[in-house]
Amino acid sequence: MRPFDYRRAEDARSAVAALDERPDAMYLGGGTNLVDLMRLGVASPEMLVDVTRISSSAIEESADGGLLIGAGVRNSDLACDPLVRLRHPMLAESVLAGASGQIRNMATVGGNLLQRTRCSYFQDISKPCNKRQPGSGCPAREGDHRNLAIIGHSSDCVATHPSDMAVALAALGAIVHVEGRRGSRTVPMPGLHRLPGDEPDRDTVLEAGDLITAVEVPALSFATRSHYRKVRDRASFAFAVVSVAAALDVADGVVRDCRIALGGVAHVPWRAEIAEEALRGSAATATEFTRAADLELAQARPLRDNGFKVPLARNVLVRTLIDLTEAS
Amino acid sequence: MKSEPNTPGQEVPVSAPVMVDLRLSVNRDSYPITVDTRETLLDTLRERLDLTGAKKGCDHGQCGACTVLVDGRRMKACLALTVTLDDREITTVEGLADGDTPHPLQAAFIENDAFQCGYCTPGQLCSAVGMLAEASAGWPSSVTADVTGEPRLDDEEIRERMSGNLCRCGAYVNIVAAIGQVAR
Repeated sequence: MRPFDYRRAEDARSAVAALDERPDAMYLGGGTNLVDLMRLGVASPEMLVDVTRISSSAIEESADGGLLIGAGVRNSDLACDPLVRLRHPMLAESVLAGASGQIRNMATVGGNLLQRTRCSYFQDISKPCNKRQPGSGCPAREGDHRNLAIIGHSSDCVATHPSDMAVALAALGAIVHVEGRRGSRTVPMPGLHRLPGDEPDRDTVLEAGDLITAVEVPALSFATRSHYRKVRDRASFAFAVVSVAAALDVADGVVRDCRIALGGVAHVPWRAEIAEEALRGSAATATEFTRAADLELAQARPLRDNGFKVPLARNVLVRTLIDLTEAS
Repeated sequence: MKSEPNTPGQEVPVSAPVMVDLRLSVNRDSYPITVDTRETLLDTLRERLDLTGAKKGCDHGQCGACTVLVDGRRMKACLALTVTLDDREITTVEGLADGDTPHPLQAAFIENDAFQCGYCTPGQLCSAVGMLAEASAGWPSSVTADVTGEPRLDDEEIRERMSGNLCRCGAYVNIVAAIGQVAR
């Protein structure tokens, strides 16, 4: 690992100023991904700016019934928060579905959003990877891509975004608060993460030096009936093969409104807008759920070895919607 | 905390290790120490403080052999940079017993033969201490049927909550039994 300077930021402004001074610096949250990437030689910052002590480790209720989650909130504290569990159960469930107890105690909300893909070629510096080293090529397209993207990938990159939490936040339409060189601004989800295109090295729309300070979850009354369902290769402590975050508002057998996002299928947490649109006003039946899922997944372009993800995503989505309907 | 000057234009050469003086609190003992910023808590404990209970298994946060408690919460010492922990209270497996009296979990591991080679045991023990505190505080898990309710710590819950600790000998059955005995 390359030697680096360490500085502890007292507040967001000074953290941003520190990165402005030192362009090769990076922010350090819980370190569960970054420290590992530094050890692997994938990341080699000249300075780490520790942002875990800046005063944004609280979950506050906003006036309209939404939540403002500080970027420094640990994943565990988000998942066990009584308001999150009551109002946005799929958010608590998504966090609990990720990593292990020890890692959730360390990882922060901001860092969770900005974690890098677990594509094996990205993490192996002896292999080409357009995300790690632009222009070097993408061995995953012809190589091991069983667990990589089926939607929205490009000739340059077929990586998936690994976060579970981000899938629930994309479904909930979260708003990411960002402090940058030119002041503060907000970025909506979906919209924070970007498709790879010909710049797969850019995971998000954030610019150099931007710091996530909080994540706002707008009030959504029917999110009390929501669920995160994750399929993985073993029962626990594994990344998603496919996952679904869904909230459903059903009255008199008709879908009044819904929010759906898919994980493990794309370079971004994939908001299923086509399926949502198809479902609004339709009967809350397995037939309609399947029709909506098929419409969404018609845009899938699976690779040689991950075609199974298309029916898997459809089945998991349909099952999740049936369960939510039966629970209502 | 002292650190190397990092004024613009006066950066230390990237090849030189950056050393920081700090005070580390481990098992209620305070250690003044100078660490390389790259040093993980696991390496500091094992190589500098001679606390070799926490083990290096994968060194990637995947096996749990390095699990320690930081301010009472279980964490992976291989992913924690020592320089970030100067004002935290760290507890390792060496700090679990009360004098010559083993911690109840240590006693239960012995009684239930909850190990074979023992390499993962310090991590299992520290993780179980943290896990039981989380369950007592009402934290749900991925197998809790209703995240809004109170979880009941049955074997399925214990297995899910301990999934960050691997045992290559496969002593899981007895590990779950030992933890369950203390939980109930």
